[in-house]
Amino acid sequence: METMEQFIHYFSQNSDYIWTQFYRHFLMAAYGVLLAAIISIPLGILIAKYGKLSSWVLAFGSIIQTIPALGAMAVIMIVLGLGTNTVIFTLMLYSILPITQNTYVGMKDVDHTVIEAGFASGMTRFQLLRMVELPLAVSVIMAGLRTALVIGIGIGAIGAFVGAGGLGAIILTGTNATDGTPIILAGAIPTALMAIIADLVMGWIERKLQPVKESKTTA
Amino acid sequence: MLEFKNVKKRYGGGKTVVSNLNLKIEKGEFVCFIGPSGCGKTTTMKMVNRLIHISEGSILVDGKNIKDQDPVELRRSIGYVIQQIGLMPHMTIKENIVLVGTLLKWSKEKKDARAKELLKLVGLPEEYLDKYPHELSGGQQQRIGVLRALAANPPLILMDEPFGALDPITRDSLQEEFKKLQKELDKTIVFVTHDMDEALKLGDRIVIMKDGEVVQADTPDEILRNPANEFVEEFLGKDRLIQGRPDVTTVGQIMEGSPVTVQTGTTLKSAISTMRDKHVDSLLVVDSNHVLKGFIDIEAINLNYKKANQVDDIMETDFISVSQDSLLRDTVHRILRRGVKYVPVIDNDQKLTGIVTRATLANLVYDTIWGDGMELAEAATATE
Repeated sequence: METMEQFIHYFSQNSDYIWTQFYRHFLMAAYGVLLAAIISIPLGILIAKYGKLSSWVLAFGSIIQTIPALGAMAVIMIVLGLGTNTVIFTLMLYSILPITQNTYVGMKDVDHTVIEAGFASGMTRFQLLRMVELPLAVSVIMAGLRTALVIGIGIGAIGAFVGAGGLGAIILTGTNATDGTPIILAGAIPTALMAIIADLVMGWIERKLQPVKESKTTA
Repeated sequence: MLEFKNVKKRYGGGKTVVSNLNLKIEKGEFVCFIGPSGCGKTTTMKMVNRLIHISEGSILVDGKNIKDQDPVELRRSIGYVIQQIGLMPHMTIKENIVLVGTLLKWSKEKKDARAKELLKLVGLPEEYLDKYPHELSGGQQQRIGVLRALAANPPLILMDEPFGALDPITRDSLQEEFKKLQKELDKTIVFVTHDMDEALKLGDRIVIMKDGEVVQADTPDEILRNPANEFVEEFLGKDRLIQGRPDVTTVGQIMEGSPVTVQTGTTLKSAISTMRDKHVDSLLVVDSNHVLKGFIDIEAINLNYKKANQVDDIMETDFISVSQDSLLRDTVHRILRRGVKYVPVIDNDQKLTGIVTRATLANLVYDTIWGDGMELAEAATATE
């Protein structure tokens, strides 16, 4: 019980600091995912259209995924130095696979007959993409972003090792202090909460983007 | 309206799918392409809106070579309906119907008005405009699929087995509806199917294809009457040929050739003996030129035996007859509806040429059900 009291005490004393780190942590994860999305969504669309590339790209993504995050971060640090950039770049690398894969699957899952009907109705390739394929694939793509963001929040905690701050820094402080459990909790619990909230919010957006809707029954 | 000139389609591997197709389709014509799978019928259709490239030859729509037109513009000017319907699941029915209108950048008012107008054509209520495709039954969805093809009012519509995936009852009603619609709107339709009944029912002209070539292109009646070769016969199926017979057979083909007659002026006495000899209960009365004048039957003779002595005096002149060139189905109706036992058959000069009795019709029914009897005869000779 003592730990709990100490935790609450630490939390109330340092709420500003924790909030700052929370925000910083979230921004790192979000930027990583955003940058990955800018690369991965077009990449996913491309490999869905040109099937031959897909196995190569997806295999490459899987290889990245198998590298331990701490190791990858250490290597990237050699190039980019200490700080947030290294973390954001690492997060981006780890987000590429889930987003590319989901974009690929989402695009492939679009009913072929719908595409044929659209094309035969006189849509250009671009119109087909904008009016048919993307709207129908968007919720699956969102699911990829959601996975990437949750993974990113987890990996972001390691960012403290390369001096990027974030909630990981609080955990690190706790591990170095004597009787640091309350401090570790003050870093870990917000991290977990952030991941859960991100998952819920993204899940909600994903459902909102579900292409096949029910009509609003006015009767 | 639509013209195929020496159209060929070869794929990379050298496989020829369509070889040397020549065909002219008039405006307002409903043309069914039919054949076994792989015969090139769908390929032929898809070449028209350039979903598939032509290897050689040319296709003209309204006299313009489709190769000279922008493929996107071309597709917007030709309606297209597919078997799998292919409605956009994320768009409302309204958006689906006026899809081509959206591509053509119509104003919102024009799209709304057009969607309402079209929905009325297939008798669906206006509330459906805001529904999504998955909320509709298969038949309703394909009605919307047809409307989508009609939206920009294209003169030509391509249909790839549009009713193939529907249950038989829905298919039937949609076929009826669509045929009516086509007549009203005067559209030219290219309709691909593998269902012969559908082709016979809908088509003004049927194009039968095999291995990339046209085997026969003719009206349904003509194809049933004169199949071009064995393949067509087989494709039609024996049942259909026999069932189709009343529709195309003339009375002359099935009538009994030599009915029992008496000449005008014959005495009743000799008429009675003719009846007895031939085992009939009525006689047709003809004059010396074999022109039909009337008939007498045994009852009339019974009633008037004492009063009259010539067939002319008692013969019934109010009779029905059919021309030998008339279609059998009309004759069948007449016999069944009037409840007469037979109808005399006459030629253009009113001369008696034969007779159709209920027994003749019964034979026809037997033939329809058990074949034309040739098999039995053949089997009999074979066993001997």
